[in-house]
Parts: sequence; C-alpha cells; structure tokens
Amino acid sequence: MSRPQAVVLAAPGTNRDHDVSFALELAGAAPRIVLLAELLADPSVLRHAQMLVVAGGFSYADALGAGRMWSLELSHGVGDELTGFVAAGKPVVGICNGFQVLTRTGLLPGSLGHNDSGHFQCEWVTLEAPASRCIWTADLEPVECPMAHGEGRYVHPDTAALAAAGQVALRYSGHNPNGSLDDIAGVCDESGVVLGLMPHPENHVLPRQHPRRGRGATGGLGLPLFERGVRHAQGV
Amino acid sequence: MRLTIRSKGVDPRSAGLVADAHALGLTAVTAIEVADVVFFADDLPHDHLAELEAVLVDPLLQTGTWDVPTGGIETALLPGVTDPAAAAIQLAMRTVGLPDVAVATGRLFDVQGDLSQVERNAIARRLLANQVIERWAPAPIEPHFIDAAATADRTVDHVAVTTLDDDELQALSRERGLSLDLAELQAIATHYRGVGREPTDVELETLAQTWSEHCSHKTFRARITTPDGTAITPLLKQLRDCTDRIDAPFVKSAFVGNAGIVTYSPGTTLAVKAETHNHPSAIEPFGGSNTGVGGVIRDVMGAAHHPIAVTDILCFGPTDLPADRLPEGVLHPRLIESGVIAGVADYGNKIGLPNVAGAVLYDPGYIANPLVYAGCIGVADDVPELPGPQPGDLVVVIGGRTGRDGLRGATFSSATMDATTGDVAGASVQIGDPIVEKLVIDAMAECHGLYSAVTDCGAGGLSSAVGEMAEGVGADVDVTLAPLKYPGLRPWEIWLSEAQERMVFAVPPATWPQMQAVCAKHGVEAVSLGTFTGDGLLRVRAGDLTVLELDTHFLHDGRPQRSMTAVLPQPDRTEVTMAPCAMPEQMLLMLLAHPNIASKERVVRRYDHEIRGATVVRPLVGAHHDGHADGVVLAEPSDRHGVAVGIGVNPWFGLLDPERMAHSVIDEAIRNVVAVGADPDKVSLLDNFSWGDPRRETTLGELVMAVQGCCDAALEHVAPFVSGKDSLNNEYLGSDGQRHAVPPTLVITAMAHVPDADQVVTPDLKQAGNALVQVGTTRLEFGGSHYSMVRGVPGGVVPAPVAGVHDRYRRLHAALRTGRVKACHDLSEGGLAVALAEMAIGGRLGVEIDRLPHADLVTALYAESNGRFVCEVAHDDLAWFADTVGDVHVLGHVTAEPTFVAPGIELHLDQLVAAFKGGAA
Repeated sequence: MSRPQAVVLAAPGTNRDHDVSFALELAGAAPRIVLLAELLADPSVLRHAQMLVVAGGFSYADALGAGRMWSLELSHGVGDELTGFVAAGKPVVGICNGFQVLTRTGLLPGSLGHNDSGHFQCEWVTLEAPASRCIWTADLEPVECPMAHGEGRYVHPDTAALAAAGQVALRYSGHNPNGSLDDIAGVCDESGVVLGLMPHPENHVLPRQHPRRGRGATGGLGLPLFERGVRHAQGV
Repeated sequence: MRLTIRSKGVDPRSAGLVADAHALGLTAVTAIEVADVVFFADDLPHDHLAELEAVLVDPLLQTGTWDVPTGGIETALLPGVTDPAAAAIQLAMRTVGLPDVAVATGRLFDVQGDLSQVERNAIARRLLANQVIERWAPAPIEPHFIDAAATADRTVDHVAVTTLDDDELQALSRERGLSLDLAELQAIATHYRGVGREPTDVELETLAQTWSEHCSHKTFRARITTPDGTAITPLLKQLRDCTDRIDAPFVKSAFVGNAGIVTYSPGTTLAVKAETHNHPSAIEPFGGSNTGVGGVIRDVMGAAHHPIAVTDILCFGPTDLPADRLPEGVLHPRLIESGVIAGVADYGNKIGLPNVAGAVLYDPGYIANPLVYAGCIGVADDVPELPGPQPGDLVVVIGGRTGRDGLRGATFSSATMDATTGDVAGASVQIGDPIVEKLVIDAMAECHGLYSAVTDCGAGGLSSAVGEMAEGVGADVDVTLAPLKYPGLRPWEIWLSEAQERMVFAVPPATWPQMQAVCAKHGVEAVSLGTFTGDGLLRVRAGDLTVLELDTHFLHDGRPQRSMTAVLPQPDRTEVTMAPCAMPEQMLLMLLAHPNIASKERVVRRYDHEIRGATVVRPLVGAHHDGHADGVVLAEPSDRHGVAVGIGVNPWFGLLDPERMAHSVIDEAIRNVVAVGADPDKVSLLDNFSWGDPRRETTLGELVMAVQGCCDAALEHVAPFVSGKDSLNNEYLGSDGQRHAVPPTLVITAMAHVPDADQVVTPDLKQAGNALVQVGTTRLEFGGSHYSMVRGVPGGVVPAPVAGVHDRYRRLHAALRTGRVKACHDLSEGGLAVALAEMAIGGRLGVEIDRLPHADLVTALYAESNGRFVCEVAHDDLAWFADTVGDVHVLGHVTAEPTFVAPGIELHLDQLVAAFKGGAA
C-alpha cells in the first residue's frame, strides 16, 4: 500500500507539527509540514494530499481565543478547498489547537472554552471511543496520552443529540480533566471523516513514552488512531 | 467605540482574583467579575458591527455588548507597552475585509462586596492593574492608541564628564542611573580627555550597560583580598581553572559565548545555560519570568543550537505572609508566585518546549527579592565552530521589532531595589512574545551555514549584542534601519532597547539573499543595519548623524578591574546533638507538608512537559503520576541514549556554611542525575549565584567560600562547569533603612549522559516484598536541615563533603544499568524518612523499616548527610547489590499493606499522601 500524502498544517505558533509528523510517519503516511502562508499562497497543495492534519500549539498566541485567528484565515483564504477536501471523503484531524480551529471554521460542532480549573493543564488522560461514525476511532482500544491545554472544555447546545448522531468520537475515561460536557474529548463531523480532539495521541506512539513503563504499563498507544486515518486515506 | 466581551457563566479568572484579594487582607470581597474590552479609535459603520462581533465573540461561550459601562473598574495598557491582542484584532479585521482602525485592549472588573472607596481603589491598584504596564480608572477608561504619526527626535546630547570632579561624577551616575562606581567613572573621564571631546549620551549609556555587573561580572573578575592581605584568585578564574584541570573530553566550549557546549554522543552537541531574571520578576512577575525564559532560550539559540527543553527554579517569600508584614512597595509573595508561574508557563508552553526540571523554594528571605532562574538545553550537529564576524559581513537583526521595552535593564538589575523601584523601573520591564521567538527558532533551523556569527539580543539590547560581536573587528550601523514597533524612538532608545525575541547575525553578503528568503518564508523580519568593518571601531549612526564612536578595546577592556575586600566566614562546624523527637509521626507529616518538600504538582502541571515526545522520565512519576522524580531524562524518540537534568539548591545550608553548601548542592544535583540512570563520568555543571551586595565584605566572603566549595566539589566529582551566571545585589532597602539580602542561593544544574534511555530508574516503589537499602553513610549533620527548621533549632553542622563519592556513584551507576535496581531515590531535604515516604507515595505501596543506618533514631531518619540514596532491589539481589555498590545498609522492605512503619512511626499511606499533597487524610 502506498503512503498517503498527509499535509500537516502549521500556523505561526503551531508547535506539535513535528510530533504529529513523527506519528504519521510511523502510521504509514508521508507527512509534509505546510505553513499556513504557503497554503494560502498555493491552495492546490490540498488537492494533491490525501490527509490533512491541523496540528496543535498556540496559533497567534491564542489571541481572540484559541484558534480564532487561524480559522478566520482558513475560512477566508481556502474555505472552498477545505470543504471540497472533506466532501471528497479525505480524512481530516485537528488536534488540540487544531480542534479549536475546526470548531471555529464550522467543520466541527460545538466550541472549546477555558478549562474549569481556569488554567493550562498538562496530564495524562485515558480516552475511550464510543460507537460513532468517526473513521479515526472505529473499534479503537482505549488510548492513554497526555493533554496539554488551557482551553479544552467542550461545549455544545445538545450533547445528547450529538451522541445520538454518532458524532461523539472520544470521551475521557475515569477522570474528566477540564469540565467538558458529557466527558467529550473528541467529536467528528456528520460524515465521520473529520475528527477533532483535545489530547495528544501523537505523544504516545512508542512504548517508551508511557509514563508508567517502569511499572510495567503497556498498551494504550495512540498510534492506532493515526493508522485508521491512513487506512481510510488509502481507500479514498 | 468599544466592545465588552463577557463569559457566559463564571469566568475562570474570577475565582483566582477573589482568592488573591483575600490574601491581600481584603476579605470583604465576595466576587470579582471580569470582562475583556476592545477599544476602536474610530467609529465603525453600523453594518460592520455584527461582522466584527462575529469575529470577536464566540456565541457558545461569550456575549458581547457595544454599550459603555456605567460602573466598575477598568484597566488599559500604558503607552508604549506592546499590545499583542490589539495587533491580532487588527489582523483579523484585515483578514475579513473590515476597515483598518487603531485598536487597544483592556479589562473591565466588577468588584462585589461591602467595600469602601479606599478599599476598592486598593484592589484596583494592588491586584487588578499591574501598574508597571497598566493603568486603571473607574469605567469607562480612556484608552491609549499608538501614535502612528509620532516623529523621532534625532538630536544627540554630549554629556560633560571630562571636567567633573569625583563628587560630580558620582552625582552624574546617580542622576542617569548608570550604576557605575568612581573608578569606572574616572576611567571614562580619562578616556574622553584623551579623545578630546565629551561622550555622547549614547556612548555613556553604552559604556554603563557594557560595564554593568550584569554584563561584565565585575565581582567575579575582581581582585579580591582578605583584611590580612591574602590575595584570592578572581572567582571566575577559579571556576575556569577548575574546568581546565578536569579537562573532560566531552567539553567543547566552556565559559565563552552564550552557553556551555558539550558532546556526549558522536555527531551531536548539546548547549546548556541557566540565567536569572530576579529584579524584573519582582516588579512585574509575569513579564519578568516570561522574558527570563525567552532570554535563556535565546542564549542557546545564540550558541547556534536548537532548543529542546527549559527548566526553572523559583524562590518566593511565604505565600501565607500576613498582609501587614509586607514591606512597602513590594508585591505580596502570593501574587509574585502566581504571576511568575503563569509567566514561565506561558512562554514555555507557547514556544513549544517541555519544561522538565526545577524547584520551588520558600523562605522569608525572598519576600522582597524573589529569585527566578530559567534554563535551556539545545541540540545541534557537531560542526566546526563558527568563524566569528568577518570584515565585510552584514550586521543583521532578525525577529521582534524594537520598542521602548526594557530600557536600561542591565543597569537596573545591577542596582538595589527599594520602595520606589516599581515606579521608576517601569520602562525596564520587557514584554515577551513567544510566538515570534518560535518563528525565529524555525527560521534558524534552516539557516545553517549562512552566517559567520550569531548572538542574542539580551540585556543592553543592540548595544551589547553588536558591541560584543564587534570586539576587535569593529562595526558601522545605522539604528534607524531597525524595524520599530511604533515611531518616535530616539537613536539611543533603539540602540539600548531590550525589546525581546531579537537575534543578531554576522552574514556574508553572498548568503544574505538566501537568509532573507528563509526568514520571509517563516514570517520573520530580517534587516541589515550595517557592516562589520575591520577597523576596530564601533560606529553607530542615525542616518548621517554619528551618535556613537567608540574604540571596541576601550569598550570591552577599558573598565578598571575592581578591587574588593572579603571577610571570610568562620562557620561553626561543631556537631549539635538533636534531642529525641517527642512526636516522630507528626514530625514526618510536618516535613512532608512543609512548602519546600510538599508536592509541587500544582506548579508542574501548568507546564507542558510532554511536547516533543522525548520526556522519558517526567518531573512527576509513579502509580498516580504524583511523586517527584529526582532528575528528568530526555531522549529523542529515534535515539537509544538520552540526557538527564538535575538541580541542586539549598540556601539554608548557605546561611550557615557557604562552602559546604556549594559542595552539598553539587552533590545533590549529581545525585539527582545518577539516580535516574545517568553516567557520573559524563556530567556537566552550571553554576548560578544569586547573592546580596558583594561590596559588603562579609557577603563577598560568603561568595568566595561558595566558589571554593564549587571548585573542590567539581574536582571531587570530576564534573566540569561549562557555564554560569551571577546575579548580585539581590537586596531590598526597606523604608526602615535596613537592607534585606537574599540568603546565599547557588543553583547548580547538572546535565549528564544517559547511555540507555530504556534503562532509566524512578523513585516510586515497584513491588511489595522487595528489600530497601540505603547507600552511603548517615552522620550527625543537621545544620540548615528541614528537621531543624521545623523544630526551630538554630545552627548545627552543615553536611560535610563525602570522600570517594565519585567512585560510589560509578558503582551505583553500574548497578542501575543492569535493570536489577527497581527504584532509586536520592536523600536530600528531610533525610531518610522523607525519602522513604516519597517513594511510598510514588508507588502507593507501604514500607517496613526495621534496621536504621545510624544508632541515633533522629539522626538516622532526618539528618541530611550527602552522598546517600535509597534503592529497592529484590531480596535475592541484596548480596549482589552490596558487592557491586558497597557502603550499603539494609533498612527493611516494601509492603503491600499501605502503611509506613519505622521505629517510632506507624502511619497510613493516606496520611502521607494528604500531608504531601495537602488536604484531609
């Protein structure tokens, strides 16, 4: 199977683009970090790609609220190309700041507010994938990975309807770290190809990265999530 | 025209503000509601308002109103303070096609509670507005917009010095805040009599910056004698000589340039550096610590390395200090703590570097002078050293724009603080923009081979950066070519501005176009200000007008060596026996709950320590991720080997015996890296001194003995110093006329090679039934111990150096590498009892101790002797462990039962956890 081309989009302040590229590489994709300015100058970059990753970080230093500025530039610069990419069934994932961006562009439902702690938190969480229409999390075993954000409290006017529509892709298991409604850690769009999530599965793709490895902890890798995206891209 | 944006539901900022108000003694406050305000300089057409609101207000989270408030308190930034939020809003307006108008931002507070007007004003002044960068007014406040039409006054003043007598010279230094002493002023006057003219204001300021304690380390280079006439080798020379004597093969560069450089594995070098940002953090905690982190990252970039991690060590006054005991003009330790931590977190998190190691200390000695140490590690390919600026190279500045930020920071940090410092030093505060620095890092990653020298723009701004690079070669620059944040800056302001996120390069004309293209790709501004000339003269122009012309030899070598006197301390080294402890269980719980020992999880979790996926041993470890690691280990996902970082610091030892303190903290830093699996034969050290005024002879004497201890310990451990920094004059002149100096605070950072990142060890207990063993010998050493502190026993003997300790660490390392040692923890504050409790908490397992390593129970449990660890091994491995490591004492074993059982102590694990983490058992 050929390696699908994955565009890892980075705006000024994106800082987990290299981490997610490493994960995509392991998962069988051919990642390429594309700066927002490069994409705006040449939107055709998207046409040649099979996957799109909106990477985490602090785009524009979170000015105006996390992800706001970046989503404006995307919507106004390459809005049509983005819609076309999704309509073609090509998988898209927004992680952390990328999730915030995708909700603000309207590609994903809901919004992300300040954590109920009022500040940035870095800790490991466990994610469970309920049955949903999301292609990234279908039959996914629980993932253990870090979260690192200050604005990750998921809000939506009707989370029951969202769950009923099969759009709740990931839930925090055991401990809800930020006050997200219905323990929601990740949601997908109606088609199931666009996923947004706050935690960072890209930072747990090697067994060595597990914080309790010295205590015999195994499993919980985030890699299978990326592998599902890659497999889907190969089939498009 | 103004838009007020409120959170739906409770704004998460509110709770913290109320708690802070209560800490300031304003307990009548019941609630503080906070809203963000955006001001527009011109009225916008009505049909644009909805569009603008859609951009700025998230309907699921916020509400917006264009109404002007009738009550409340508002804050806005002072003129000249960078407003990144306003810049982002303008960018957003351009993106969606709205008209370009000037924008400013502020905040609106509604303070509730039964409060007098005086109390409301006090809240505004002391809590809501940081008066160093903000002003406040009853709502609605009148915002200040940047004056785009301001023009620069390009006149140059000449300052008469050649005709002044000694008193007049000193008066001039005070008036202009030069922080120069008489001998230095005389040297300047003599120089200009020779030149045959008076210095320009730009020249005088440049000399003051370059010759400041901050930039030139006068004390560490001084000629020091004791009162009996004994000459002491200059302190910096002692440290350098020590590194030369060790002659470690892995040291590439020590004590030159921006950072120390070592190589632990072929083909790769590591740069490491730690800095302090104490004075700025005292008056503007967020901005001070924020730019402290940004500055030390640039130090590593200035050593042409790619940053991979940051560290921070923070010293605060007690956060429960009663409001009426707060000295005049000083921020409450609680506000300093929350601001400093937020500032450190903001920069590291946003720039995308894991904050991996650190310490937080509390002592009344830090009330007026908090200490903020920030460190950075970087990596690079092992390539030949850069050649340095060549005649004809361009003087290139890249990164942030220049504003009035941080003018005279170097001279400010070299002066004593007093009650008015916050007012007069306002312009000394720098404002950080981590995103700009991130872009500079990204651009530099693609600039290898394009430049012949690089340095960062830190204290002293361009004057220091260009001045240092021009040493010997000379440079000619036009400061008006520098991109400015706003117009109206005078030439000296541009030259001395400490605006952040700027790097200076020497770029051959042939590669300049390529470098410009890389910078443009990353959205980084890059301009050439002039050329390196080859004539040895530093020439600064504003267009055609020459504002500075200095011989670089005079600038760098013209400062007379300072002569100082040191009265050496005579520490009491007689042993003091500790009375038996009446309540040993309470003692252990009190120690675990002591602010210096208790969990720092609430701080550590504010920092992203996971980014880059390379943090193999995290600052928090164990079954519940809430035990403290000794050191951290970083290993790139693609590498087998890694690097460990450990910290040593103990000001309480320093107060009693600075020499032994230095020895002890070096031992501690090295123990911390050895405990996680680092090779004790590949350890590099950083020394960072924060001290009081060294012109006081006893204070200098303490510094002399600390340096002596450093050198002895480095030789004993065969661990070279590769870089260091001193921050002196950490004193506060109280309105009572008393000087309050910080306790002698030496922070040692150890960075060591970890040969196998899959073979690391953490302190959390792993398996019930395993044996617990102490490595090393416990002595009757309680001076500066936390046991003495909690019991209120003064004095005592500070732990002595341990002979043969390097060999012991080698043997322990050999044992750790086999994988047969299941847990390892170094013994430091609180001694054996606290170490065992921390291991139990980490593993959520119990311990049963039936044999103590010292005849006296209190000594065995709480003495803080050097060179010790506790290790967990299988019972079957005990003989092997004793053979391999030597000097071991079997203590007992790990239990599944969640209890801590030792002679005189029987506690439930829940009690230990509750004491350590706070909250009820």
